[in-house]
Amino acid sequence: MPASPVVVDEHAPNPALQHQFATEGQQKNAASLGMWVFLAQEVMFFGGMFCAYLIYRYKYFADFGSGSQQLNVTLGAINTAVLICSSLTVVLSVRAAQLGKRKALIGWLLLTIVLGFAFLGIKADEYAEKFEKHHVPGPNFSYHELLPGQANLPPAERQYANPRHAEMYFSLYFAMTGMHALHMIIGVGIFGFLAFMAWRGKYTPEYYTPVENAGLYWHFVDIVWIYLFPLLYLIDRHR
Amino acid sequence: MATAVVTDSGERETYLNVAHGPKSWLLTVDHKRIALLYLLSITFFFFIGGFFALLIRLELLTPSGDLVQADTYNKLFTMHGQVMVFFFLIPSVPAVLGNFLVPMMIGAKDLAFPRINLLSWYLYIIGGVLMVYTILNGGVDTGWTFYTPLSTEFLKTNVVSAALAIFVAGFSSILTGLNFIVTIHRMRAPGMTWNRLPLFVWAHYATSIIQVLGTPVVAITIVLVALERLFHLGVFNPALGGDPLLFQHLFWFYSHPAVYIMILPGMGIVSEIVCCFSRKRIFGYKAMTLALVGIAVIGFLVWAHHMFVAGISLYAALAFSLLSYFVAVPSAIKVFNWTATMYKGSITYQTPMLYAFGFIGVFTIGGLTGLFLASLGMDVHVHDTYFVIAHFHYIMVGGMVMAYLGGMHFWWPKISGRMYPESWGKLAALIVFVGFNLTFFPQFILGYMGMPRRYHSYPPEFQILNVLSTAGATILAVGYLLPMVYFTWSMRYGRPAPSNPWNAAGLEWQAHSPPPTFNFDEQPVVTWEAYNYDEIDSIPEMGEVPVAR
Repeated sequence: MPASPVVVDEHAPNPALQHQFATEGQQKNAASLGMWVFLAQEVMFFGGMFCAYLIYRYKYFADFGSGSQQLNVTLGAINTAVLICSSLTVVLSVRAAQLGKRKALIGWLLLTIVLGFAFLGIKADEYAEKFEKHHVPGPNFSYHELLPGQANLPPAERQYANPRHAEMYFSLYFAMTGMHALHMIIGVGIFGFLAFMAWRGKYTPEYYTPVENAGLYWHFVDIVWIYLFPLLYLIDRHR
Repeated sequence: MATAVVTDSGERETYLNVAHGPKSWLLTVDHKRIALLYLLSITFFFFIGGFFALLIRLELLTPSGDLVQADTYNKLFTMHGQVMVFFFLIPSVPAVLGNFLVPMMIGAKDLAFPRINLLSWYLYIIGGVLMVYTILNGGVDTGWTFYTPLSTEFLKTNVVSAALAIFVAGFSSILTGLNFIVTIHRMRAPGMTWNRLPLFVWAHYATSIIQVLGTPVVAITIVLVALERLFHLGVFNPALGGDPLLFQHLFWFYSHPAVYIMILPGMGIVSEIVCCFSRKRIFGYKAMTLALVGIAVIGFLVWAHHMFVAGISLYAALAFSLLSYFVAVPSAIKVFNWTATMYKGSITYQTPMLYAFGFIGVFTIGGLTGLFLASLGMDVHVHDTYFVIAHFHYIMVGGMVMAYLGGMHFWWPKISGRMYPESWGKLAALIVFVGFNLTFFPQFILGYMGMPRRYHSYPPEFQILNVLSTAGATILAVGYLLPMVYFTWSMRYGRPAPSNPWNAAGLEWQAHSPPPTFNFDEQPVVTWEAYNYDEIDSIPEMGEVPVAR
């Protein structure tokens, strides 16, 4: 595209317009593109783990299915719903910022934070269960569970999952959900900051780029979960 | 240019004298000041990495392992590699010259995100502090590649702090790339269309794509290595069915494109220098831009040529071999086009041009030996020998460091506002060229004869070539120290530089030397193609002879 034209602004300069930009439109476009480039980076960051998951699931499919059945699919589904709702509240906060509704903006941001904490709380509960069942990789890991589809067989014929490969499954489970949870924590922190700035009246219908970009980031974190949920919780649930 | 702002003491206000004191530097958001912060920091790490190289070469002076023990030697080559790759080569040209010049070349006041630019530098420094801690705490001996399960299961050295250092420095690199991509998209001056961009800017655009898309993969990979050491997560643990090849794939997915992070900006510099000192337009501008982007794209598809003997399938090896040959095509286009640009040009032999000549010759040797290594049969013979060492040092040291030094000389008048001493510059360029080739050419022969890399002792018949290599390294060290001395000298005693000492094309030369904080007195508007040397030289009052002596 051609270079942005330089428009001399006759009106008083917007205090949010930084020195390096000629116009507010240029500043907004730059911030938005910057966020998308950052998200491309995030895709590659998570991509490394998805790649590892793909390869090991292909190699140790039955054991991964066994490990998957140890997860609490109800809690996982509730968390999925919580995150989708939080994506909605983020969109509503962006809309409130566009319309200049300061109280609504703060309210939606706070509700997003609450949903974020709800997700993290449920996740913490799931992690605690893994500790109790010794399903956390490391010296204390122990695993004695059937392969998928074996429960209906006579006891003598039942086959058990290879505990080493199950440990690999839980290594990936903790790495992927842990990295996702870390992104959630950062997101909650960002929304806390935004709510504070909104309370101080920093955002106007002319300038609400930080809210929009934080929303983009939050949607990305949600989408990662939308992939993690079926890959970790739902493999082999069709049996 | 009569509108320049004047400071209290009557001097023209520049980015250097606009503010004083440590705070004005450590909290600056001016891309030019941040470039200088990077210049100091990467020079520091260059000499740390160089110190390790010196110890390596001293050990290899004699066949027996007499200077250091084998374990110490392992640490020396590991830390040489990690410091040089992650703390010097990757940031070198983008973070110093790119930071300084990309906004000026496109006619902008600054990068799109000046504060993120400063954050990049702080991340680099945090990573650097962790690296120094790693070194002082006894070092690390994984090899720069962190191969598992050696790094995860067996070594007792500072793997985690080294991994963390590289992780943090990696995000510095990602943010620099992000800043450049957005800046080049959104901050160009009116009339500065994509097809008028200097190739230096195109090179940084291609580099930034690799930085943004490649670095996060190695970041998560070394995080997994650290998690494996700290919390026993077993993603690469063979006891859990973990695959060492997976680590190597993920590592090289970044670390091969990283070679192009190191060489593409150098190609940008050489394009600028060759045009200026041949007084000609670049030959095949479109082909040059496509070649830069082509190298970045194909460069992502060749990584497994590092793993031909690691146990990947024959068919995968064939595919990666073929793709590695493909990446030579755009590289060759660049070499041919530089040569064609010089053809019938009015060539002058100033210091930057000497470095450009050196780059083209040395890069050609490095590139062609890369084709040897991309062929499956030859690679089995010379894999993990000094042939590989010589090959990639021809690209990284011969190619990138020469381009970096050429660029530093070319733009030093703009950066410092002073001319460097030309005859000393020419002498140093010659010393670097001789020292470099004497250091690394014998290593091709050593490798072909079968001397393996990463050993601190070797059979006596290899000694003569190793002595030559060590002698060359000594000469090279002199060649690197000289510019440091006369650049520093010139900051005080050098002849004041005019705005455009080389009578060069490019917006950066329309700004004062050194530029004011916002670079240009008024918003530039571009109505010409890049490298319009025929137009510049046809205007009599502008066509003065370049002022080199």
